[in-house]
Amino acid sequence: MTAPLDVQGSATEAQPEAVLGGVEAKAIEGRSLGQIAWMRLKRDKLAIVGGIVVILLLLIAIFAGVISSLAGQDPYAYHSNLIDPNLSTPKGGFGGMSLDHLLGVEPISGRDIFSRILYGARVSMIIAFLATGVSVIIGVSVGVVAGYFGGVVDQLLSRLMDLLLAFPLLLFAIALVYVIGDSSLVGLSDNNTRIFVLVIIIGFFNWPYIGRIIRGQTLSLREKEYIEAARSLGASSPRILFREILPNLVGPILVYSTLIIPTNILFEAALSFLGVGVRPPQASWGAMLSDAAQGLFQIDPEYMIVPGAALFITVIAFNLFGDGLRDALDPRSNR
Amino acid sequence: MPNVIQYIIRRLILVVVLMWIVSMVTFAIFFLIPSATGTSPAVLFAGKAPTPDTVKSVEIKFGLKDSIPVQYAHFVEGIFVGRHFDNGADKSYCPPPCLGFSFVNNQPVWNEITSDLPVTLSLAAGASIMWLVSGTAIGVLSALKRRSFFDRAAMGLALAGVSLPIYFTGLVLLDLISYNWQILPNVHYVGFTDNPLSWARNMLLPWISLTFLYAALYARLTRAGMLETMSEDYIRTARAKGLSESRVITRHALRAALTPIVTIFGLDLGQLLGGAILTEYTFGLIGIGHLSIDAISRQDLPVIMGVTLFAAFFIVFANLVVDVLYAFVDPRVRYS
Repeated sequence: MTAPLDVQGSATEAQPEAVLGGVEAKAIEGRSLGQIAWMRLKRDKLAIVGGIVVILLLLIAIFAGVISSLAGQDPYAYHSNLIDPNLSTPKGGFGGMSLDHLLGVEPISGRDIFSRILYGARVSMIIAFLATGVSVIIGVSVGVVAGYFGGVVDQLLSRLMDLLLAFPLLLFAIALVYVIGDSSLVGLSDNNTRIFVLVIIIGFFNWPYIGRIIRGQTLSLREKEYIEAARSLGASSPRILFREILPNLVGPILVYSTLIIPTNILFEAALSFLGVGVRPPQASWGAMLSDAAQGLFQIDPEYMIVPGAALFITVIAFNLFGDGLRDALDPRSNR
Repeated sequence: MPNVIQYIIRRLILVVVLMWIVSMVTFAIFFLIPSATGTSPAVLFAGKAPTPDTVKSVEIKFGLKDSIPVQYAHFVEGIFVGRHFDNGADKSYCPPPCLGFSFVNNQPVWNEITSDLPVTLSLAAGASIMWLVSGTAIGVLSALKRRSFFDRAAMGLALAGVSLPIYFTGLVLLDLISYNWQILPNVHYVGFTDNPLSWARNMLLPWISLTFLYAALYARLTRAGMLETMSEDYIRTARAKGLSESRVITRHALRAALTPIVTIFGLDLGQLLGGAILTEYTFGLIGIGHLSIDAISRQDLPVIMGVTLFAAFFIVFANLVVDVLYAFVDPRVRYS
């Protein structure tokens, strides 16, 4: 994570000693911006906790299958023997928690909640990360072009971003999922088509946020002396864009990607909550909450709390880590 | 002042252009994408599991065989002068502003929107006042008492607020307050004119859930803005002039810190008026957000399209209001 920031090689310009202030300087040697950022990040305990939780979540998402089979559970298997036939709630207290079913079972169907939460994490992460990738690619390209070339190009692209931000996001996303429907695209299976569609839609609606920030950053970078120097040495526009400007945008890109991931996780959950997200029986936290909202929360509150808590922990972990990363990479911020 | 009028006129023109583009994009989405993926829009008009005959009569009635530009022209015409739909046997009239006609419910989309709008309006109006007041107040206090216990507690709570999805807070509130403790049982919409007290009592839980989310956001923003302005030179100047601290804070710091809040408030309110979909769905309130979800489950494309356009209009309009307010609040805007 630290390496790309070294490209600039302008440790003297950033004056690391001045920035660090109170931190004891063991030996006088130049520190790269990446090293400084890492030192700051290490001191931010909340960010580190957030980072650790994020890594754990990623591991859970990757190894969802392994973990749930270790626990001996299948996310799609029904366990009607664990459901009270009269109330359709899980037998036993706390939503049917037991050593077999660590987080209990779903009301009515009796599916294992623990393994469904794991698989839900996987779906959530896949969609959020891929969608963030889409947003970053579009946002950075448009932002850099608008900021670097300025003039009419900038005017047009900025208006385009304003326009997109003026769209009722959720409504459009719902309508799009509906219109695209279940037609299978490019030979993907039904579930994967839906995931693909969600990634494109979520990614597409969020790129202007990144685009605006990158445009602003590029605008100020463009006037820097070393860009001027490169230009006067005869460097071509693509060379300046890719070798001089882009490496200096790695910091903001990293920060805003981290901050956009939780937004995307919530977006996916919201769509699934409204019944236009991931298709059942595939597990999704949003869909679990949707079931709970249909009245199940009254007979089995535990079924509402588990996916809600999973969403909350995930989103807050990404937010804490992203905030910490921003503070570490931005020397002006001293909250 | 003529500058302001010029500025407002420019913004008005922009609004018209923006609405025009939004309507074209909306239209393209609903008509081009289905044909690209091989479904006829008529199927999406015709309700659940339509028979081929129904699809055919829908196709004729709504002129779905025409080319897309022609259909778009008819659609725009309908907004201003109304439209007649006719396939010989089945005639319907859609008065202006005609945002489409629901085949499934056999009535203009506009009627459905206006009948559900009071719910959405009530939600947005009450919640926005609550979150604006509490959010900025907490933000200002936090900034003034920086690093105090209050600041830490408030910011911790705010972080929780922005990280909790509204449908989760809403459900927890419903489960505890409405269901378990029976303090506000059986949340449903009561018209303001029917019984104001009952209206407010039923709206209280949705308002609180929305407030928890948005106040958290506003508290964080206000705090950051206040911390930034409080360290500006003009604050030192104001203090040096011998102004009282309260005057420095309210007249100089807060005013500058609030300008970005005005922008965001306008946008949030616009989005919310276009349908607080998640809140309405969680609490089972039938506002226009809920209307669009219902329309999906009963395969009623004209309603989805009408609501989307209507919501976009609110957002664009909110943008305009914010811009105009800005021209009065911030003198720099007038001369740019």
